[in-house]
Amino acid sequence: MAETIKLEIFRYRPEKESEPTFLTYEVPFLEDWVVLDAINHIKDEIDGTLSYRWSCQMGVCGSCGVMINGVPKLSCAAFLKDYYPDKIRVEPLTGFPVERDLVSQIDDFMTKLTKIQPYIIRKRGEEKPLDEGEYLQTPAELARFKPYSMCINCMLCYAACPVYALDSTFIGPAAIALGQRYNMDSRDHGRSARQELIASHEGIWECTFVGECSAVCPKDVDPAAAIQRAKVSSTVDWFKDVLIPWGKKK
Amino acid sequence: MSAYHRPVPNTWWLKRTPYVLFMLRELTSIFVAGYCVFLLILVYKLTQGADAYGNFIDALKSPSSIALHFITLAFVLYHTITWFNLTPKILVLYKGEEQIPKALVAGVFYTGWVVVSIVVALLVLGM
Repeated sequence: MAETIKLEIFRYRPEKESEPTFLTYEVPFLEDWVVLDAINHIKDEIDGTLSYRWSCQMGVCGSCGVMINGVPKLSCAAFLKDYYPDKIRVEPLTGFPVERDLVSQIDDFMTKLTKIQPYIIRKRGEEKPLDEGEYLQTPAELARFKPYSMCINCMLCYAACPVYALDSTFIGPAAIALGQRYNMDSRDHGRSARQELIASHEGIWECTFVGECSAVCPKDVDPAAAIQRAKVSSTVDWFKDVLIPWGKKK
Repeated sequence: MSAYHRPVPNTWWLKRTPYVLFMLRELTSIFVAGYCVFLLILVYKLTQGADAYGNFIDALKSPSSIALHFITLAFVLYHTITWFNLTPKILVLYKGEEQIPKALVAGVFYTGWVVVSIVVALLVLGM
């Protein structure tokens, strides 16, 4: 008989149960299968009622994030062979309310992403008309923020963040890193517009530098570093305000 | 139909090793702060005269005091090493367009630590 592997999957069907349960499914074990392949097999061949998110199947879209044995991962990038022959436990991302089965409610993240104003903001009067072309930037200027621009909004960093799980008012790793990405962009003048949110209690100061957001990031964005660097620049701002009150305001 | 909110148990930090190590790093702060208070008490005793200072130093020679000092040393070392290793993530410096290597940034902190430790050791050993 062909080899198989068991997946213990978090099920929450609000129309029939008020508490989630775990159901175990046995699927074929193939060397080149990822957890998403196994979940797709369950959906197609065993239990069509299972709900989950996925799209590109190649680590770009960021929709298939789940907890695999308690660790946030893209299910399209987690190979069965790394867990075989043990059972694999699959749960929705920690820290988010569960809509159904493996589907999390992500409205909170989407709202925060918008609030951070993740786009280039120019000083009033310094917007160029479109026909004057793009704002130029040197490769070195690009290199300074490029790692922070690789985020795919998969929310694994939120699921890894115990602060967010305990207090969902925290703006969170990906949104702050994205804000920092624009703050460090030489074409952008919007730092002070973002600062009220980034330097608020719900922003960077909520972060205790657990560092797991960076450890689980599939794109090596390092949001933990982005947040700590924002803490340093906000502290410098504060000292400047106190020591040089007559100085140029941000 | 309502969304399900999973409770976060107080033992969340026991579920994964990185969280345990994080909590351990947070705990080290108590030992760092505690040792600062200890040093202040030591200075205070010095102002109380030779007898008071001498009695305090004698009390420090008890096995329990020595054991506590070793435990504190372990925590302070863990505190220092973990934070020094994290420093290059926060302190991203550039020389012109080139980023200064992370190992160099951490190296400056480690070198400073070694130099200060040698100076303190020389003072304490009265050389």
